[in-house]
Amino acid sequence: MREKIVLDLGKLPLHGMGTASVTWWGTLAFMLIEGTGFALVIAVYLYLMSLATAWPINTPPPDLLPGTLVTLILLTSLIPNILLSRWAEQQDLRKVRIGMVMMSMIGTLPLIVRIFEFPALKVSWDSNAYGSVVWTLLGLHTTHIITDLVDTLVLAALVFTRHGRSPRRFGDVQDNAMYWNFVVATWLPIYGCIYWLARL
Amino acid sequence: MKPSAAAPEQRDIDVERAQLTDALAETWKTPSGLWGALATVDHKIIGRRYIFTAFVFLALGGVLAALMRIQLAQPEARLLGPDRYNQIFTMHGANMMFLFAVPVMEAVAVYLAPLMVGTRNIAFPRLNAFSYWIYLAGGALLWIAFALDMGPDVGWFAYVPLSGPQYGTGKRADIWAQMITFTEISALAVAVELVVTIFKQRAPGMTLDRIPVFVWAMLVTSFLVIMAMPAIVLASTSLILDRLVGTHFYNPAEGGDVLLWQHLFWFFGHPEVYIIFLPAVGMVSTMIEPFARRPAFGYLGLVMALIATGILAFGLWVHHMFVAGLPRLGDSFFTASSMAIAIPAGIQIFCWLATLWDGRPVFKSPLLFIIGFIITFVIGGLTGVMVASVPFDTQVHDTYFVVAHFHYVLIGGAVFPLLGAVHYWFPKLTGRMMSEALGQWSFWLIFVGFNATFFPMHILGLEGMPRRIYTYQPDLPWHGLNLFVSVSAVILTAGFLLFFINVMRSARFGEIALDNPWDAPTLEWATTSPPPSYNFAMIPVVGSLHPVWDDRDGLPVADGLRTDRRELIVTTLATAEPQAREASPQNSIWPLWAAIATTIMLIWSIFSPWAVVWGSIPAAVALIGWFWPKGTPEDES
Amino acid sequence: MIRAARKACSSAMLAAPLAGCGGNWQSALDVYGTSAISLKHLIILIVAVCSLVWMLVLIALIAALWRSRDARPVSPEPGRERRMTIAVTGAVVATVLIIGTFTVMSFVATRALTVAGQDDLTIRVRGLQWWWGLEYIGPDPSSRFETANEIHIPVGRKVRLKLEGLDVIHSFWVPSLAGKQDLVPGRPNELTIRAEHAGIYRGQCAEFCGMQHAHMSLLVIAEPQDDFDKWTATQRQTAAQPADEQTAAGLQTFLAKPCAACHTIRGTAAVGTTGPDLTHVGNRRTIAAGLFETTRGSLAAWIADPQTIKPGNNMPMVPLTPDELRAVSAYLASLK
Ligand code: HEA
Ligand code: HEA
Ligand code: HEC
Ligand code: CUA
Ligand SMILES: [Cu+2]
Repeated sequence: MREKIVLDLGKLPLHGMGTASVTWWGTLAFMLIEGTGFALVIAVYLYLMSLATAWPINTPPPDLLPGTLVTLILLTSLIPNILLSRWAEQQDLRKVRIGMVMMSMIGTLPLIVRIFEFPALKVSWDSNAYGSVVWTLLGLHTTHIITDLVDTLVLAALVFTRHGRSPRRFGDVQDNAMYWNFVVATWLPIYGCIYWLARL
Repeated sequence: MKPSAAAPEQRDIDVERAQLTDALAETWKTPSGLWGALATVDHKIIGRRYIFTAFVFLALGGVLAALMRIQLAQPEARLLGPDRYNQIFTMHGANMMFLFAVPVMEAVAVYLAPLMVGTRNIAFPRLNAFSYWIYLAGGALLWIAFALDMGPDVGWFAYVPLSGPQYGTGKRADIWAQMITFTEISALAVAVELVVTIFKQRAPGMTLDRIPVFVWAMLVTSFLVIMAMPAIVLASTSLILDRLVGTHFYNPAEGGDVLLWQHLFWFFGHPEVYIIFLPAVGMVSTMIEPFARRPAFGYLGLVMALIATGILAFGLWVHHMFVAGLPRLGDSFFTASSMAIAIPAGIQIFCWLATLWDGRPVFKSPLLFIIGFIITFVIGGLTGVMVASVPFDTQVHDTYFVVAHFHYVLIGGAVFPLLGAVHYWFPKLTGRMMSEALGQWSFWLIFVGFNATFFPMHILGLEGMPRRIYTYQPDLPWHGLNLFVSVSAVILTAGFLLFFINVMRSARFGEIALDNPWDAPTLEWATTSPPPSYNFAMIPVVGSLHPVWDDRDGLPVADGLRTDRRELIVTTLATAEPQAREASPQNSIWPLWAAIATTIMLIWSIFSPWAVVWGSIPAAVALIGWFWPKGTPEDES
Repeated sequence: MIRAARKACSSAMLAAPLAGCGGNWQSALDVYGTSAISLKHLIILIVAVCSLVWMLVLIALIAALWRSRDARPVSPEPGRERRMTIAVTGAVVATVLIIGTFTVMSFVATRALTVAGQDDLTIRVRGLQWWWGLEYIGPDPSSRFETANEIHIPVGRKVRLKLEGLDVIHSFWVPSLAGKQDLVPGRPNELTIRAEHAGIYRGQCAEFCGMQHAHMSLLVIAEPQDDFDKWTATQRQTAAQPADEQTAAGLQTFLAKPCAACHTIRGTAAVGTTGPDLTHVGNRRTIAAGLFETTRGSLAAWIADPQTIKPGNNMPMVPLTPDELRAVSAYLASLK
């Protein structure tokens, strides 16, 4: 087919940031998938709860302390995370490096407390359906913390290499920060479910 | 953002046409040889592979169908015992749904959607390569297990407790569940790629109301995949947990629930059927234009019907559970919502009829398949409306009436358009035309054979024949019709065989195709047949819904892209205004490594929960290798 | 006409149980139960309307293709587009009306699924891989009794079935009497039926339940109240005492071999519950969930090798000498 040139794209930037980047949309789509997954597990929790004569089944509700501690840590981590995202937007490599190291360390904290959270459920996954669903909720969320932490660590290493100074990398840092916000946001309903619904 | 002045960059405006295409071909090429084939991220190569593989699974599933039909031709037949038969119908259903129908539709879109929206590669091309490998591994897992007499035997929806730890002994149900995990991962990955491609990589000027209907259909389908598949991932994972580590999700003795499985499965399973069906109607809406020789009537209506079906799809799942003993009032709500699907379905049928009415039809094989589709799909849709009625369904649920319904909608509603689409897009994929004479023959054989095979099943169902029985007793009045059905299936199979022969013959000896042999209006026909590795030498600029029809004196295009790195255009969501020149990743072998690592982890986890822990390490390594920058021009910006 | 023929046929069947008979005895279109009859009306009505809709679509399709064959292409023109919009809108409105009617109709007909009136009889139906356990629950404990695979009901009376799945999900379906209902483990369901005519109605498990799902059928025998009362009176009794030497030997073998661990024969020491109650097995028309007509020969064949006859079923092959086999089958056949 013959062609006629009607538009010059030469002036466009070599990489889009934020909503102009495909990775941003990709991250969003994966968040939608996982968000649906979380919503469904919570739905399963509510469904089983509605069937049971007593809830939790044959156990007291879980201890509040470790879970609440994780919640506080996660909520506090939002502050450095949002700062980091802002530094990435400003493309300030020095601050981004500091921020990435910080987030790598902060990311391990909830995992440490999580180790105590599982016993605090006071039920094993194979005791009954209640145990199965709370372990699944907690396990699923823990997997998300772990994967995001690994992602953060790799990215932290990357920003210290020669590949660090590029808009693409700053975009990655922003997407990573967005994902951490998502991990924190999904925790809140799960926390309410595991610790407070069981007390109603 | 500062342009990277350091690199000596090469732009398309600076060079002659011949040099331009040479430079682009060099930048976008897939090296020949095995390594090149394994590392490629070209959506066309992967799409072709995907389509080919899916059709292999169709043929395999068809062979299983033939075995079932031989067994059922006579009462008390001894060809297959119950154990084999149960594996065979489960394999047939699971294979057709998860390894053929869903993947083939996504595969066609992997090939076509980037071309139709005028971009150079799909978004996240490496993920695309990965998703193909994972799909292949899932299919191989299922079929190898079947060959080892370990094929699942619990039906394609694997109801608990039959598939649970107590009654589903051995590893058969785990194979089923893990095959699901494979296909879901790959389907989800493709859905994300398609959404982002369609949202962000459309050619400049392709506003929302200029998107071809097939692309719209794939967008809606991808959202269905994204919202529905997590339910089956959750279901199959919790089933494996019940079986492997002793959780009690589905064990009523410990607070679990048997119907929870059905809710989760069908919350996915119903949208699943529209995941198969919507791409097919998208194909019809797109193909009908060149053969009716006018634009499809009611673009807005067609698109709205797709979206409405997509939304309603999530409110229907209970219609598969009408006799499970849920409250009758709730059931009636699902009757209403299921019937409501007839409205968007009707809108589409009526719009196509109007298009044909006002158009000037050209009776080539793709149009024949469209006509066959309308005739048969309406039967299937109407039987769908019948089973949507709770009282009606109490008589026909789990009988051959339902078997007839879903083959009418699956084959009539999805496979017919797909076969039409193969005839239609074959020249684009291969550069050669399919034989029209063979095409017409195979259409008639399939059309007649199909109706003769499946129509009598309605009657069998009403006469009391349940589905999933490996045999029936001679004193039941079913043998006459069953024999008729089995004989008709021979005609049907002959039709499919002829179709396969036509494809294989035409791929080698077919007439050389023009760039736009059907005089079609959408962008994939604006490039060569088959398209070059970079799809378009210059990105098209779109001014209407039918760019190829409207700009016959020359396609408007844009320049200014670099030729020394893989570059494509990111545009805004609604109005498709250019936002950035984005680099598209190079070929890479890492997706294959990642797929192998994932495969090992998933198969191992059928046997031990620790596989998830140890197996994730190589997977993580492969993923790091995948994303770590290699210092190619694509990494700069 | 068909009804009359069918009636004659069913009385013939009562006499000679499985003699081939022209009528359908497991069909949603050949109906003798209160709810199956009203379901059939609904089915016919909906199918008729849908056939009409399909015909209209087909006519429109043929007309569209016929009308425009061989003509030259024309570009869309506002006047024609407007007329087409009106036509499409009209068709959509018609669709809305039809499905609205269908919805209301099925909502109303849902009531027909439960037979109105007072319960005359309650039966516990238990689904097991791959047979049906039955427990007749009478007004007082002494009138309750167990049987299997063959349900007797009085004609014209409402019968309540309490459906329980004991292992996996099964589905109770006797199409000539009523629509189906699943037997779900952990979730008891109910179904009410009423036969309007005497006859033998075959039913079959409709939910896939494993290896022998194909051979999990049952018979519902609707008979006049007198016959039914006679039948219940017999069923309540304990098993017939062996009348001769061979049957006495049969009972001895039955008790000595593992049989008694799985089967109950009321009045003897056999109290197993894994398999069907055999107290009056000789009185049932079929054995092994509808697989064979009950005769001494079929009983012997079954006991000799249940796994070849019904592969995968839960009764193992118990090695018996030819004499023992003859004795056991004679004894079981005598349990009328
Ligand atoms: C491509 C796949 C596909 C499609 C498109 C459909 C479409 C529909 N299906 Fe079907 N269905 C399946 C695949 C599909 N189905 C499968 C695989 C199963 C079985 C699963 C299993 O058990 O193994 C199943 C089972 C199934 C059941 C459960 C039956 C049972 O198990 O007892 C029900 C119940 O409501 C149902 C309903 C419908 C309805 C209402 C539609 C509607 O979308 C149909 C709408 C279309 C029309 C109505 C025709 C066009 C409209 C007009 C011409 C307008 C005029 C119409 C009227 C006036 C009514 N389907
Ligand atoms: C898209 C999906 C799809 C397709 C295309 C088909 C195609 C066919 N199906 Fe199937 N079917 C299902 C989806 C599908 N089916 C599902 C979901 C179930 C439910 C399973 C369950 O209950 O769990 C089912 C169940 C099912 C049953 C019920 C089994 C039972 O309940 O016991 C039957 C019975 O007749 C049947 C028959 C057929 C036949 C004859 C075809 C024919 O159309 C097949 C036509 C033949 C071919 C397509 C092969 C042609 C090719 C060759 C001959 C080989 C050539 C080889 C090379 C070139 C290498 N199918
Ligand atoms: C491990 C348990 C078990 C043992 C031992 C066993 N049975 Fe059974 N039996 C069953 C089961 C289960 C069925 C139902 C099979 C089916 O129809 O799927 C059955 C069915 C039968 C039937 C048919 C009943 C009917 O109404 O359909 C007869 C008769 C019978 N058994 C006799 C015997 C005899 C005689 C023996 C000993 C030689 C025996 N059984 C040993 C479990 C057992
Ligand atoms: Cu019991 Cu099928
Ligand atoms: Cu459905």
